[in-house]
Amino acid sequence: MSLVAMTAVAQGNADESSPTERAAGHRWARLTRPALGLLLPVTLALFWEIIVRIGWASGRLAPPPSVIFATFVELARTGELQRNTLVTLARVAAGFGIGVAAATALGAAAGYSPLVRRLLDPSLQALRAIPSIAWVPLFILWLGIFEASKVTLIAVGVFFPVYLGLMGAIQSVDRKLVEVGRTFRLSDVAMVRRILLPAVLPAYVVSLRSGLGLGWMFVVAAELMGASEGLGYLLIDGQQLGKPAEIVAAIVAFAIVGKASDWLIVLLAAPFLRWEDVVRSD
Amino acid sequence: MLVLDRVSKTYPNGVHALGGVSLDVELGEIVAVIGGSGSGKSTLLRAIGGLDPTSEGSIVLDGERIAAPHQKIGVIFQEPRLLPWLKVADNVGFGLFDRPRAERAQRVAAALKRVGLADKAAMWPRELSGGQAQRVAIARALVPRPEVLLLDEPFSALDAFTRADLQDHLLDLWADAKPTLILVTHDVDEAIVLADRVMVMCPRPGRIFDEIAVDLPRPRDRQSAAFDFVKRRVLAALDRSLNRAVTGAEAEPKAEAGAALWW
Repeated sequence: MSLVAMTAVAQGNADESSPTERAAGHRWARLTRPALGLLLPVTLALFWEIIVRIGWASGRLAPPPSVIFATFVELARTGELQRNTLVTLARVAAGFGIGVAAATALGAAAGYSPLVRRLLDPSLQALRAIPSIAWVPLFILWLGIFEASKVTLIAVGVFFPVYLGLMGAIQSVDRKLVEVGRTFRLSDVAMVRRILLPAVLPAYVVSLRSGLGLGWMFVVAAELMGASEGLGYLLIDGQQLGKPAEIVAAIVAFAIVGKASDWLIVLLAAPFLRWEDVVRSD
Repeated sequence: MLVLDRVSKTYPNGVHALGGVSLDVELGEIVAVIGGSGSGKSTLLRAIGGLDPTSEGSIVLDGERIAAPHQKIGVIFQEPRLLPWLKVADNVGFGLFDRPRAERAQRVAAALKRVGLADKAAMWPRELSGGQAQRVAIARALVPRPEVLLLDEPFSALDAFTRADLQDHLLDLWADAKPTLILVTHDVDEAIVLADRVMVMCPRPGRIFDEIAVDLPRPRDRQSAAFDFVKRRVLAALDRSLNRAVTGAEAEPKAEAGAALWW
């Protein structure tokens, strides 16, 4: 979209405007284009705010934006928001770390060695077919109702996309590039470090991101099933005490930290992926 | 000196790709291998490069038996096969990983300058044209100073102008250190422009059918009568090689066999 649009903008301006004017036009376009996406939600929010303000709706079950914002600020002022967010963040971090570590080890082994793949993959694929939430009763029996069972559930959710992504990426490494490594007589270790690792990295980062997305999904599931703190607890608390604004505030908090954590992965991986030939869409 | 002694290759699926190829190549010689499809040209080249093991026979370079990639042997493939995550300079220096950094940088810079791409050192491979990428691949293969350089249809993916340009350029580079070149191609002109000897292979199983010496001074004029004469000889040998494979009889009229090759 952007390339065409930018070319069109450039051509449209090229007729009579100076280069500086054109550059200003570009900057203006860069600022306004993301704003286009905000148009719909902001309009809807304003619409609802007005409906409630003029009394056409009570807004008791669906609070208007101003109430949600006030609740959010209030939760932040008392420190409740930060405390619960940190607890949830810690759970996701622990589950993500464990899940990624296990998935990376097993995915790399299964991708690299056909023997390991034949031994391991059928069982893991069978386990993958089970909806992960189905494990919850068992995890609670085994690990109790506290942190261990929650973290394990998140780890299980994170495990499969990362395992599958890494194994698939290793298997689909371009054999022609591996052959280049062979002609230069790379050792096994050098082959992994200089050919396989960089070749696999883009797909691995994608699998980490989808793993993290599932991690956030599963932390909600884990906290909904019983927690005394965490953003999921805020959801339940809001439901049981009839405070919809608190529920929405917690949802907003989930969206912010979820997006931020995803962005962090992209940011950390970016220096290693600059070589990728991607279509830029700014 | 490179000595091939009755090299055979049968693939696990039963395809008999090479049926006893014997060949002696002197140091510094340029040998072109040409032949119809299925004549085992690429199989032969991969065997010399140590990429695929032979079923029978031996490949010996300077008294050393070749069964795996060897430091004295470099390979240039049909595609550039540059590593997309390395800048052009790092691609060229890929085979020098065991050398000190300063030496590596100096040799890479010299090689890039030699192929006329000194200004592209900091670029990504995706930013190069097809011809530029193949020149980087040539530089990468030459930087470790191989004694034997194997080329598997190296210019076949390029347009005619770029191809002729790179052929001349390859000869120019070859003159620096005069390594042995073994070039697989399906382009008769390319074989004659480059090679001292053209080996014509025939299929099922791949064997050397004929050997034609190209005794023309370099640089070779593609338009000259002498060039044309050698070309006719190579084409005739190709015709006969195909003829034998298709009909099993040598008496078949040549025109028909030629048509089979070109159409």
